Amino acid sequence: MTSLFIKSIKFLVGGGFILVLLIALAGSVWGVINEPAAETAEHAMHKHPKELKLASDGPLGKFDLRQLQRGFLVYKEVCAACHSLNLVSFRNLKDLGYTDPEVKKIAKDWAVKQPVFDEKGGTWGERDNVPSDRFPKVYYPGTGTPPDLSLITKARHDGAAYVHSLLTGYNEKPSAEALKHFPEFAKTPDGMHFNPYFANLNIAMPPPLTQDGQVQYSDGTRATVDQMSTDVAAFLVWTAEPTLQTRRTAGWAVLAFLIVLGFLTYGAYRSVWAGVKH
Amino acid sequence: MSFPWAKHYEPKNPVMQWVDSRLPLPRFVYNAVGAGYPVPRNLNYWWNFGVLAGVALVCQLITGIVLAMHFHSSAAGAFDSVNVGIMRDVNAGWFLRFAHANGASMFFVVIYIHMFRGLYYGSYKAPREMVWLLGVVIFLLLMATAFMGYVLPWGQMSFWGAQVITGFFSAIPVVGDWVRVWLLGGYAPDDAALNRFFSLHYLLPFVIAGAVILHIWALHIPGSSNPTGVEVKGEQDTVPFHPYYTAKDGLGVVVFLILFSVLIFFAPDYLGHPDNYIPANPLSTPAHIVPEWYFWPFYAILRAFTADFILPAKLWGVLAMFGSILLLFFLPWLDKSPVRSGSYRPMYKVAFWVLVADVLVLGYCGGSPAEPLYVILSQIAAAYYFAHFLIIVPIISHLETPKPLPGSITEAVLAKTGA
Amino acid sequence: MAIKADLAGPENPRRRDYLQYAAVSVAAVGAGVVVFPLVNSMNPSADVLAQSSTEVDLSKIEPGQAIKTSFRKQPLFVRNLTPKEIAEADAVPVSALRDPQTLEQRTAKGHTNWLITLGVCTHLGCVPLGAGEGENRGPFGGYFCPCHGSAYDTAGRIRQGPAPKNLEVPKYNINGAIAVVG
Repeated sequence: MTSLFIKSIKFLVGGGFILVLLIALAGSVWGVINEPAAETAEHAMHKHPKELKLASDGPLGKFDLRQLQRGFLVYKEVCAACHSLNLVSFRNLKDLGYTDPEVKKIAKDWAVKQPVFDEKGGTWGERDNVPSDRFPKVYYPGTGTPPDLSLITKARHDGAAYVHSLLTGYNEKPSAEALKHFPEFAKTPDGMHFNPYFANLNIAMPPPLTQDGQVQYSDGTRATVDQMSTDVAAFLVWTAEPTLQTRRTAGWAVLAFLIVLGFLTYGAYRSVWAGVKH
Repeated sequence: MSFPWAKHYEPKNPVMQWVDSRLPLPRFVYNAVGAGYPVPRNLNYWWNFGVLAGVALVCQLITGIVLAMHFHSSAAGAFDSVNVGIMRDVNAGWFLRFAHANGASMFFVVIYIHMFRGLYYGSYKAPREMVWLLGVVIFLLLMATAFMGYVLPWGQMSFWGAQVITGFFSAIPVVGDWVRVWLLGGYAPDDAALNRFFSLHYLLPFVIAGAVILHIWALHIPGSSNPTGVEVKGEQDTVPFHPYYTAKDGLGVVVFLILFSVLIFFAPDYLGHPDNYIPANPLSTPAHIVPEWYFWPFYAILRAFTADFILPAKLWGVLAMFGSILLLFFLPWLDKSPVRSGSYRPMYKVAFWVLVADVLVLGYCGGSPAEPLYVILSQIAAAYYFAHFLIIVPIISHLETPKPLPGSITEAVLAKTGA
Repeated sequence: MAIKADLAGPENPRRRDYLQYAAVSVAAVGAGVVVFPLVNSMNPSADVLAQSSTEVDLSKIEPGQAIKTSFRKQPLFVRNLTPKEIAEADAVPVSALRDPQTLEQRTAKGHTNWLITLGVCTHLGCVPLGAGEGENRGPFGGYFCPCHGSAYDTAGRIRQGPAPKNLEVPKYNINGAIAVVG
């Protein structure tokens, strides 16, 4: 009797889980039939980023240093007022082609100072930045929390394209079709702005790039809104991974070595097993 | 093991003679992986994956130990120590981090193939049940190690993954909440949890290494199985491990390294989740919490249980998720067919491939949002998973008429290659 | 038996083994190359190297004054020697010194008044007194280590006590009113 019970445990356990799953399945199917999930506003109106081509794309991509410098300028003049870049150090700017004295000056002149704690007074003071400092954190008092931009292109799906689309997407209002289903989107809440590229559709950030020439490029490139958005996106790809190019160069070297080794190992394998039936 | 024709270790080198007579490690190596270990001659490439798992373990140990020299295991310091210190400032730190993160994925790819090989060829059957049991233990340890490792960078997914997984324990009746708080050392993942996960994440791989030694030792008693499932009958069925399988495994390792390098150097974030590049925020839940891809099938099983039935749905989900792995322990006793290899078991072969498809479907659902379509799919797929192991395979093992087996490995090889 | 014969040794061992030796050697080279970044990752990282040199503003330091600052996370003493202190240092016969050095050897050319030394006693590593206002400058008017009584003179040289060497002078350059140490 017990042996029969032990033999049938597997059927009981299996049957038990399957039974509960079938009950759950019935519930799910019933739910889909009776109360089909209504389409959400996000699903209807959210847009995936437009394609963005950058010099750093692809396994053979290289950073365009002039573009990175332009992008840094856009960050400095437009974004840095609200967005931190705390994971980047001033000395990293040498990667962009700036000289040591230039980097020193950028750091010293940086508007947000480095916080310093006064042990004697028990208070916080500030000092000028030096190249070895990280970009100091920016604290934004208004609505919303502007995210730190150092890793933004890695922290969002299709990050660089997302940044570019977001910055240029403020003009894209909800379609008439969508407004029929979601009439509440005809008027954006106060302090918010409609942007179909933002996951939640209404973003607290006002359009930061509103007109051409907002930033003065020194290399002659026309500073259209699209250009500035592209440049800052390229810059943020660099801030997210400054070692990107090194990684790919090392990768080609490693792959070349491994492919050669692969041929040698295959040859060795064949020679070891030559004539041995298997 | 008892292969009377196995070569004996006879060192010619005087240094090796001196060492071996005082500490028999050289002969131990010779008998384990050298010319002193006979292995069936007909192993196919599916047999490479055990060694590859060992290689993955070594890679993780080395990169992990070096990473631990730079990691700060505090809630305030962890994210920056990884994303500023290691990724930007430490020499070759980016390589160490990407190698370690993608090494975990490679480890699971290899382990899943290794396990499915075991399922297809009946490697879990007598006399190798212990090898299989130890393997399931290693798998559980690996899952724990990987889970804790993912928490360490303290990104959004790290934090919320920890929150969800430790939340399972509160489903245990009566003591659930107390167990959860005890595990975390607090009421939510914070410094206490992070620090202890770091300690255990460093420890467990060495426990895994110990279990692997036992796993290989248990294997070497009967020796390796082979694609026909017919046991070794004589010397002509085998070749010495060295140089035949050292060469073949060497080739396998190079192919493994090529795939590994493509990931590290050209697609290091592909298998990861962007949300983990956002610092952990206990006040903001990500839109879709998902674990890493290798946990997706189990996540799908967990989320498939949406109905209360005597027990709450959440508890069913947790029981089923753990049950789906624990049932593997019983496999040698669930599948009573005397025939090992799926090559000679037509019904089992079909069930096997349906299982593979089923696990892939579960994986796909696990990585998707909990929308009705995916929930329904995972309910069906989870039902098949339990049916497969607990009902279908036992029944097949009684009903099936296997194909005629070859008399020996040699016979099978000669039939294939022409005498 | 057909298969046993297959296991017999190769006809041309040299030629068959060549590929195997090549594969193993190339693999060994690869392993060696991989070791390099692992070992190199233990070298100081970029943020540590960025703090490997310190700038000191000399314009604020009056003759007879000294400041304590930090260089590579260790104490640094920067002293503006008075002509009297310089004369005192030069008057000492070098042969009588435990660690023979002249003041000129321990300072930058043309800037003998700037004595820049590590604030680490060469005995067992305590921080000597004398750099701060009102601190005990010891019997030789330089620095004095309270741990075991080592006394340094106005040139930071060991004159009395167990310390074997003079206070270490790090590499530095003086550009105008800025000293760049390291």
